[in-house]
Amino acid sequence: MTSSNATIPLETPEYAARLARRQVSRHGAIYALLDAVRDPELPELSIWDLGVLREVRDSERGLSVAITPTYSGCPALATIRENIATCLRGAGWQGFEIVEEVRPPWTTALMSRAACTQLRAGGIAPPVSGSVRCPACGSDETVLVSEFASTACKAHYRCRTCLEPFDHFKVLT
Amino acid sequence: MSLLAAVVGLGDDALVLGQRLSAWCGKSPWLEEDLAMANTALDFLGRARLLYGYAEQLGGCDEDAYAFQRDARAFTNLLIYELPCADFALACARQLLVDAFDVLHLEKLCDSADANLAGIAAKAHKEARYHRRRSAAWLVRLGDGTAESHCRMQKAMEDVWGYHAELFAPVEAEIGLVEKGVLPDRAALRPQWLAAVSATLDEATLELPSADWQVDGGRRGLHTEHLAPMLAEMQHLHRSHPGARW
Repeated sequence: MTSSNATIPLETPEYAARLARRQVSRHGAIYALLDAVRDPELPELSIWDLGVLREVRDSERGLSVAITPTYSGCPALATIRENIATCLRGAGWQGFEIVEEVRPPWTTALMSRAACTQLRAGGIAPPVSGSVRCPACGSDETVLVSEFASTACKAHYRCRTCLEPFDHFKVLT
Repeated sequence: MSLLAAVVGLGDDALVLGQRLSAWCGKSPWLEEDLAMANTALDFLGRARLLYGYAEQLGGCDEDAYAFQRDARAFTNLLIYELPCADFALACARQLLVDAFDVLHLEKLCDSADANLAGIAAKAHKEARYHRRRSAAWLVRLGDGTAESHCRMQKAMEDVWGYHAELFAPVEAEIGLVEKGVLPDRAALRPQWLAAVSATLDEATLELPSADWQVDGGRRGLHTEHLAPMLAEMQHLHRSHPGARW
């Protein structure tokens, strides 16, 4: 259903910096393990692609996994914590901690290009600059219905071309 | 005023407004607005939790104790946040005034000498800009709507107006923290706030209220008659079943 003329820009500098940190980390295997942890409200996205997974570091207890909320009140964060813990325990890790950090704040620029592609494939217009394109037909003749949709991170739109309602993952800079 | 008290005060502002906004879920003009109100409420609740979490690090109590185990007299939120605003016009009027304040106040708080407060402000500021955009849109829609909606929006703005002064009146004890660069100088934000609010009112074809009355007392724990009943409802479950978990 994804329109072929709908372009998604290249990786952002913010995402590139995250990726570079991941690539030089000696915890590459942990990052790979955590790729299996999805956002409970956007199951097409991993917490890595969404930018919620910030960094895996050494800590006194062994391992420290730093995560950040998308929006301050995001209720998914508690579930994400549990899923990270389950994932690590399942792989035999015991000594780890999960820390929440708000500084620097999360923005949509931290998301990967893969996240944007997956959102669109899942019927959600991704947070890219420019006009909001309908994820079903690719039209940019779209109209805002409500500033908030099913979750705090999305707005509700309607396509004027194919008349489908859809969610738009809001750009947060 | 200690840093702890200042952080709790800001946390109370966010919690009380979050609770008021959440009461709109199911009662808004339409379903999308139910969701918008609930999501905005969540942003404020999340902000309150970040602030209470920091208060705990500073030697305060835990977030549940702040939210559920204090009486009205111990809450230090500003009065504008606790108004019931059970009419949608009132809710829109209050929200525009506080969102316009939030954007300016949080922007300054991002530069706080206290790194934790600065971090929380940077997070909240992004959300506040979005809140203000939505509040302004509602004000224009209702103010520049039908004759009935215009009248009710104008009346609502006048009813809420006298509560805005407290946003810009630091309590005496706050001044030390302003001098240390921990808190922004609230009074200095007022000209910019007034310009922003006036521009939106103008676009909404509404008059700037002429009312010169004002009330204060929230930071000293002196509240309107509306706070205690709201807390009674909000705290009921926790107080009836202390330590309950699910």
